[in-house]
Amino acid sequence: MTDLDSFRTEVAAWFEANRPPEPDFLLPESFMEVGTDQQFDYLRAWQRKIYEAGYLGMAWPTQYGGGGKPQAFQDIVNAEMTRQKVPFVPNTIGLNWAGPLILAIGTEAEKQRYIKNILSAEDIWCQGFSEPDNGSDLAATTTRATSDGDHYILNGAKIWTSLGSYAKYMILLARTEPGSTRYAGLSYFLCPMHTPGIETQPIRKLTGEYGFTQTFFRDARIPADCLMGREGEGWKIAMMTLTFERGATGGQAGGIARQALNVHDVLELAQTARRDGRPAIEDPLMRDQLVRFLIEDQGDRLTATRGTIPALCTERPHAIPLSQKLRTSEHRRRLLQFALTLQGANAPRWVGDANTFEGGKWQRAYFNSFSSTIGGGTSQIQANIVAERVLGLPKD
Amino acid sequence: MAALNQRIAFTDERSMLLETAVAFCREKSPIRAVRDLLASETGFDPAVWDEMTALGWSGIAIPERHGGSGLTLAEAATIAEPMGRHLLATPYASTQIAVQALLAGANAAQQAESLPRIAQGAIATVAVFESEGDWDLTHIGSTATITHGTARLDGQKSLVVDATVADLLLASVMLDGAPALAIIDTAALPPGRLRPESIIDETRRNAGLDLTGLDLPATALITGPAALTAIRDAGLLLATAEACGGIAGVLDVTVDYLNTRNAFGRKIGSYQSLKHTCADILVGLERSRSHLFHAATLCAANEPAEIALRMAKAESSDVFAHAGDRAIQFHGGFGFTWDCDAQLYLRRALWLQYSFGDAPHHRRKLADLLLG
Repeated sequence: MTDLDSFRTEVAAWFEANRPPEPDFLLPESFMEVGTDQQFDYLRAWQRKIYEAGYLGMAWPTQYGGGGKPQAFQDIVNAEMTRQKVPFVPNTIGLNWAGPLILAIGTEAEKQRYIKNILSAEDIWCQGFSEPDNGSDLAATTTRATSDGDHYILNGAKIWTSLGSYAKYMILLARTEPGSTRYAGLSYFLCPMHTPGIETQPIRKLTGEYGFTQTFFRDARIPADCLMGREGEGWKIAMMTLTFERGATGGQAGGIARQALNVHDVLELAQTARRDGRPAIEDPLMRDQLVRFLIEDQGDRLTATRGTIPALCTERPHAIPLSQKLRTSEHRRRLLQFALTLQGANAPRWVGDANTFEGGKWQRAYFNSFSSTIGGGTSQIQANIVAERVLGLPKD
Repeated sequence: MAALNQRIAFTDERSMLLETAVAFCREKSPIRAVRDLLASETGFDPAVWDEMTALGWSGIAIPERHGGSGLTLAEAATIAEPMGRHLLATPYASTQIAVQALLAGANAAQQAESLPRIAQGAIATVAVFESEGDWDLTHIGSTATITHGTARLDGQKSLVVDATVADLLLASVMLDGAPALAIIDTAALPPGRLRPESIIDETRRNAGLDLTGLDLPATALITGPAALTAIRDAGLLLATAEACGGIAGVLDVTVDYLNTRNAFGRKIGSYQSLKHTCADILVGLERSRSHLFHAATLCAANEPAEIALRMAKAESSDVFAHAGDRAIQFHGGFGFTWDCDAQLYLRRALWLQYSFGDAPHHRRKLADLLLG
């Protein structure tokens, strides 16, 4: 047995013994959905427990609170968390985006100051990129940071700030050069949220829950050393953040960021849910639909494999990457919509009803699935991108 | 539920073969040639068939000791994809299906007699459907009865692809209560046994086959269940390959038109209702091709492939039928005419959809395999 094998056994046993008791409230599905203090406290305590056991930031340097081990150890932990379907850890933006960024390009002082508290969930981080008028067009950032001696004065607004109500720090993109446009003149800040003039206003989602805030900056003065890198390097650093966010570069602290329902969970649901007085999985029409989803799911998984074989992508090399979001987010939305159908007469029950299936998580998940068909460019924009950039159809 | 894997193996050899086949089909089967052959009696160009034989394609999956190229069904399917794209009229797929049946079920003497002929360019096909319209290949009404070393056949086969040009026919019959295949040399068939049938895909030639009272040496019977399973598997994989090629082909025809035709002062391809449908068809094409090369990988490795094949066939034939249907619509008035090439693809799509089981048929089988 190798070190890794015995480690896997150890980790599996630890999570089995230490997984937190099922709460009597519905947990969020991902770090973007944390909407109540109850949910937040539960998940934060869970992250702290995992960190104290040595299972987070295993590959980060020991002098900042990491484990100093090869990445393979953290990979095993992540896989085991997924396999055992344990709750996720909430400080994703710190663990997987801001943390690796600070380790990669931060000063010694920044590393000393931020890294350990990211791991322990002592300091929660959020991200201030999107703005109310700009959606995902980051180069259109209008929030201003005006230099004033040893401070910057912030003015403007950010939106879709996950964990905004709980965060102590924000990775913030703001314009430091007055009159500049697009990529130039942007700067990057590690901004303390508990600053006079910074206000967060929770956004109530279609589920009735909270999870995002709109964040307002009104003459908020932050110390000049909150600037990361130099003035004008904001775009470059934001792009580097996105490579961490998309997992394109290693260096993340690890843990899992969501507990997403997939087609196999829907299969399990079909065994227990009943339609017309018998298990849904016995209904011929439901069976046909389930198989359609399985074929589609397998098709997308196989497509990910085929995308790594250039000889099978010669004609339209961008077809697979550019259609990925459209394929998977729409599949998921329709799958969750169908998960309600499986529940027959019980489908219209909602979170909080005593007879609802698994606390109403399916109904809520269907509503939340719109976050991926809308966020990051709607499916309609994605279809335009595929049609124009892959198929070569004209713009409208 | 049975565990699915996501393996796709695509060797350098397959990659080179695909490149060669793409160039070959583009050159040999421009749409004008496809249309010229629609009206011909045999439906294919013997000169092109000879070239394919010279390239080693008719015997691509035949072992070298029988004069073939010694490759597998995966390579055979790799070539079939561009054939589908260019609507190449050829008895290639029928021949490959017959080869797989012979490899899986024929005895050494039967193989030694048939396979070298096919490797040298003989055309072969299978006669496995009857007018009942049952896609379960083991439900057979035709029979064989053996007396003193002679097998007497009885029954009617239908939808026999390329029967009128084939040198060898493999017809399914019931022998002592179990399925068997009769190897029939068409040179020995009495006249009038083949009745041409009219089918939706005019690039293909089909016939019914009258087996009544036909006598063969008993040694011409293939027994055991393996050959029929091989026919089903090869039929599914090759139909999927042709469909994937066909989706890409009809999408090209459609996108070209949307980039050319103007309405209300702009290219019609700029309208989102057309654009988004094309994007959806592309998504279906990407998934279908992934299913195709995964199923081919399992077949080539002799691993259980039933789930992969049924998924591949269900997905690709639905997408192709939809793509063909939308291609007609998006060509507007021109789409309603004989001269619009979209109809050629729609006809091909419908032929493939109902060959070896349509999508609802395979989903029902998959439901039993995957959901219990």
